[in-house]
Amino acid sequence: MHVQKLESEVIHQYLRPKKKFPNVWCAGCGNGIVMGALIRAIDSLDLDKNEVVVVSGIGCSSRMPVYLDFCTLHTTHGRAIAFATGVKVAKPRLKVIVITGDGDCLAIGGNHFIHACRRNIDITTILINNKIYGMTGGQFSPTTPGGKIGTTAPYGNYEKQFDPVKLAAGAGASYVARGTVYHAQQLEKLIAGGISKKGFAVIDCISNCHTYYGRLNKEGDAVAMIDWIKKHALNVRSAEGLPPEKLEGKFLTGLIHEHDGSEFCDEYQKLVESKGGTLK
Amino acid sequence: MTSNTTSKPRLLQGNEACVAGALYAGVEFFAGYPITPSTEIAEGMSRELPKIGGKFIQMEDEIGSIAAIIGASNAGLKSMTATSGPGYSLMQENIGYAYMTETPCVIINVQRGGPSTGLPTKIAQADTMQARWGTHGDYTSITLAPSTVKGCFEEVVRAINLSERFRTPVSVLSDEVLGHMREMMIAPLPGEVEVFKRHKPDVPNEWYRHFEITPSLVGPMASFGDGYRYNISGLTHDEDGFPTAKPNEIKAKLDKLRNKIMRYVDEITRIRTEMMDEAHVAVISYGTVARSALQAVKMARERRIKVGAIQPLTLWPFPEQLIHDALKHVRKAIVAELNMGQMVYEVDRIAPRGCEVIHLGRYDGEIMTPQQILDKIREVVK
Repeated sequence: MHVQKLESEVIHQYLRPKKKFPNVWCAGCGNGIVMGALIRAIDSLDLDKNEVVVVSGIGCSSRMPVYLDFCTLHTTHGRAIAFATGVKVAKPRLKVIVITGDGDCLAIGGNHFIHACRRNIDITTILINNKIYGMTGGQFSPTTPGGKIGTTAPYGNYEKQFDPVKLAAGAGASYVARGTVYHAQQLEKLIAGGISKKGFAVIDCISNCHTYYGRLNKEGDAVAMIDWIKKHALNVRSAEGLPPEKLEGKFLTGLIHEHDGSEFCDEYQKLVESKGGTLK
Repeated sequence: MTSNTTSKPRLLQGNEACVAGALYAGVEFFAGYPITPSTEIAEGMSRELPKIGGKFIQMEDEIGSIAAIIGASNAGLKSMTATSGPGYSLMQENIGYAYMTETPCVIINVQRGGPSTGLPTKIAQADTMQARWGTHGDYTSITLAPSTVKGCFEEVVRAINLSERFRTPVSVLSDEVLGHMREMMIAPLPGEVEVFKRHKPDVPNEWYRHFEITPSLVGPMASFGDGYRYNISGLTHDEDGFPTAKPNEIKAKLDKLRNKIMRYVDEITRIRTEMMDEAHVAVISYGTVARSALQAVKMARERRIKVGAIQPLTLWPFPEQLIHDALKHVRKAIVAELNMGQMVYEVDRIAPRGCEVIHLGRYDGEIMTPQQILDKIREVVK
């Protein structure tokens, strides 16, 4: 029988007991909400803590693993997915989760990202997308919308943006979803879905950086920014059949793309077996 | 070529001998990216590893390759990559990550001419200093340099062993000529050469500290999935792997990275000396040039010139005591290398008083011939 646990009981079970709090994030940052959703997702799947590896790169979001009581690997800027690939290929039974941000994953790490999608390797990537470089102080990123201010876009961003969902789907990922830090329960389910899905899973998680993005663009504090997220998110199922004018200015959330194509480690195992080897 | 070594002589390329050495030493994970003149190593590993249940992955670039082998090593497999100059440059940031996170891994650099794309199919030895100082920050490098096909096998085995023993990245500097040269080689039988097995912790999870500063300075190393949960970070960290800004912890970490190697320098450094009896002149060289140097010294001895050869097999840490001792009675030391002068500064730094250090460099993409070295020997003894 499944006994309902208190939220705090669940959370504390997965946090490191020594020497890491208070965390580095600003008060009101969405990263904590994502961390909570990740913990609840892992708890709902009943995973063995010793068999979960959380890998991250560099940036605000990438500081998450240090607080989590799993095997954690905080790597170099943009390279988390490449490190995670090594971990997964070496020991396929491990559940490998990557925590990354829009700069880390889509700018400096863009090549590793698309190639992991192409290989469809069984890794779950949570992309915390706050549309700005937070840790270095508010520079524009590959997801900063046109016209928005960053400290390196003082006259407004004149570059085009990546849509991580379209990018991941186009590159071959088998599970592509978008969640938000407002819709925490949906986010938890999307993360759990990604971890359960065989293949490369991407959860683009729309988050807030009120410290830089909000301040520079006069979009208010954390509450105001999360309220904006709430008002502009549209569940992909609710969006079905809506006329285009109803979709104007909205972004879709939920499980947006899924396929059951072959996965990298499975294919490698087949190769090993065909050559008479035994996978270690 | 087969993965199981036999005592039968085999005609192998230097790059193929690297593959054989890696398999002998227990490498089970290889990630790489095609680059001349190292590609045969990746090709060999892609052919052999599936047969023994090992893992091969061709990554999207060299940055991904080094990242993947560090990830795999932390998941418990002996891991290796191979590249050449441009790829070695790209790998430098994550080689630094391997130093900082004390992750065993081996990088073979089959050197070609540079800078930049340089000379993909021609020889150079201009990455000597990059192997020591390539990534930013303070650290101590272990770098080995074979000069024969058999040496490629032996030094790759030694590189894997040292890397696992000291929990540090190890570079092997080969070069275009050595990588593509074919020689007859007899591989040792399994068990004939020691293969180091990584020390694993046996304490409960709560007691395990991944970066503990033990009396020996190299603590046991858990792998992901072994039942231990810990943090690994490229940020300067304490013994638990948590980022630190405390001066005492910062210094302790950096001291450890240096001292865990320098305390064992006698175990790591290796040189070969030939015909050094009564030698007044010595030719110091490494890699492919050491072959020409040996020939030149033989030719000079036939002309009754008292000259010998010194070959560091360990480039870093620099075998300063061994070379200093070998130069005790030498008046002139010629440092012959395929660059504009790199190792010569180290020799100059440690040469005994009264021993003049002379550089003989070449950097036109050609090998240094025995005649060229002989000419230099005759010039300095005049």
